[in-house]
Amino acid sequence: MASPQPRIGVVTYPGSQDDRDALWALAALDAEAVPVWHEEGELPDLDAVVLPGGFSYGDYLRCGAIARFSPATAAVRGFASAGGLVLGICNGFQVLCEAGLLPGALLRNESLRFVCRDVPLTVERAGLPFTSRCTAGQRLVLPVKHGDGRYLPPPDLDPAQVVLRYVDNPNGSVENIAGVCNEAGNVMGLMPHPEHAVDPLLGSDDGALLLASLVDAARDRVLATI
Amino acid sequence: MRATVLVRPKPGILDPQGEAVGSALGHLGFEVREARVGKVIDLELEAADAEEARAEVERMCAQLLANPLIESYEVEIVGEPAA
Repeated sequence: MASPQPRIGVVTYPGSQDDRDALWALAALDAEAVPVWHEEGELPDLDAVVLPGGFSYGDYLRCGAIARFSPATAAVRGFASAGGLVLGICNGFQVLCEAGLLPGALLRNESLRFVCRDVPLTVERAGLPFTSRCTAGQRLVLPVKHGDGRYLPPPDLDPAQVVLRYVDNPNGSVENIAGVCNEAGNVMGLMPHPEHAVDPLLGSDDGALLLASLVDAARDRVLATI
Repeated sequence: MRATVLVRPKPGILDPQGEAVGSALGHLGFEVREARVGKVIDLELEAADAEEARAEVERMCAQLLANPLIESYEVEIVGEPAA
């Protein structure tokens, strides 16, 4: 039997910017990439969901604070609580934190400057649906581009929920944290952009390790239902 | 009824905006030990009395206007109900 193509949704909010790159990257990694409009209160049949980067709702009040109330986010909340795989990138990470699907908050960069550059990261936790193609301690290089990326964990964050750390902290994140997951391990958020790094032509294809892990995990879920 | 919400970065939360403002004031010759930058949200709402308005605005703060992990807030009811 040919291996099935998992369906991975990418939510577009007003102000999302990286939704097209995410759709493109997922398709390049052999998933069926499905655009999801923010007004959709019910998700189509999906095996995973990506919340992309950008400036949803103008980042008004706080980054991600308004997107949290969109119909698509409510649907993603239901999807995640049923064990569905959800990855939030940059603004998507901020939305997941504001929605309470991930612990912590993202604040203005310590430098007050927008940072846009490739940064080295260390994989702290391999073996998640988002990191199965990585090894613990592996070095990845991914681009960051954000003004509000300083991660502040809650005081009781389980260190096992830290998935990625910056080698050279670009924004003042506490304990160099670049990406975290929820306790169950089915929801992850990160500030760097794997979808911009899936082809060596773009400077790095390390992002493909994370996204292809997600595609693998989504495919496993399809197989489990056949 | 009118209400004002003051949202502040919690004590202990690094506030680089406040630091930048504090240092700019220093350059102007003002002696400022610390500056913290928050935000003001002015609301106009329907409520029978100040107590009801306050309860309503407190709910707004809890659900949207402040993020309890990083911000504290203060509600001030400034309007009088119409006679």
